[in-house]
Amino acid sequence: MKQVMDYIEMKIPAKPDYLSVIRLTLSGIASRMGYTFEVIEDLKIAVSEACTNAIQHAYSEDEVGEVIIGFGIYEDKLELMVADSGKSFDFIQTKNELGPYTESSTVDQLTEGGLGLYLIESLMDEVRVLDHTGGVMVFMVKHLSGERENHDKAISNRETN
Amino acid sequence: MNLKIDIHQQSDKEIWVTVAGEIDAYTAPKLREELFPFAEEGNTIIVQLKNVSYLDSTGLGVFVSLFKQVNKNEGELKLTDLSDRLKRLFEITGLSNIMNISGTPEDGGR
Repeated sequence: MKQVMDYIEMKIPAKPDYLSVIRLTLSGIASRMGYTFEVIEDLKIAVSEACTNAIQHAYSEDEVGEVIIGFGIYEDKLELMVADSGKSFDFIQTKNELGPYTESSTVDQLTEGGLGLYLIESLMDEVRVLDHTGGVMVFMVKHLSGERENHDKAISNRETN
Repeated sequence: MNLKIDIHQQSDKEIWVTVAGEIDAYTAPKLREELFPFAEEGNTIIVQLKNVSYLDSTGLGVFVSLFKQVNKNEGELKLTDLSDRLKRLFEITGLSNIMNISGTPEDGGR
């Protein structure tokens, strides 16, 4: 297993106001690593969804907590960690109750929430949820496979500049 | 980035809305607030999403609840000019089977 090359961490107040800041940061890190535009857009959704969950969770506690976002940068993958400081919620159970809508879904069956967890699962290569002291951490991995060429090109472009 | 919402009421029963920017948990409440008053009896709401650069489940949630409300009132909701990225989100979530969505005219998505 390759060692983590760099680790970046951000801590934001548990407010939706800062979601776009997280996406901007992620976008910068991922584009530097050589991910394609399409993958970067997927990553933005995944990290936003995880943060939104953490924020909504923290809000229900009637006090504004903090959300910690960690970026583990490897040569061949990006690990994203999103941790809330609130009490844990049953992510697995919540996740199992979710899924895509089907053609037979009636209008009344459509729910407005909960699609976020389903999207994270669909867009990332690996998703795990860990309990940690006083909260929940969503751990996500996206591999850089098949994008080596772009990555190398990006590096050589930087070197020649 | 902010969310820009322009509303043009064409007639009594037809409302055209242009949305531009990012729809996330921060901007979604504004979108909901602006659109819901039009989900009245028999209204057709056409929402153009051409310049929406970001959309996640909170935005999908707004459109789902608007769709439900409009349906209840025997109206119609159309989402148009979706980029391929946006369309993909509606496909992944299965919403494209249920809701009236269409792509940009240039790529023959209509």
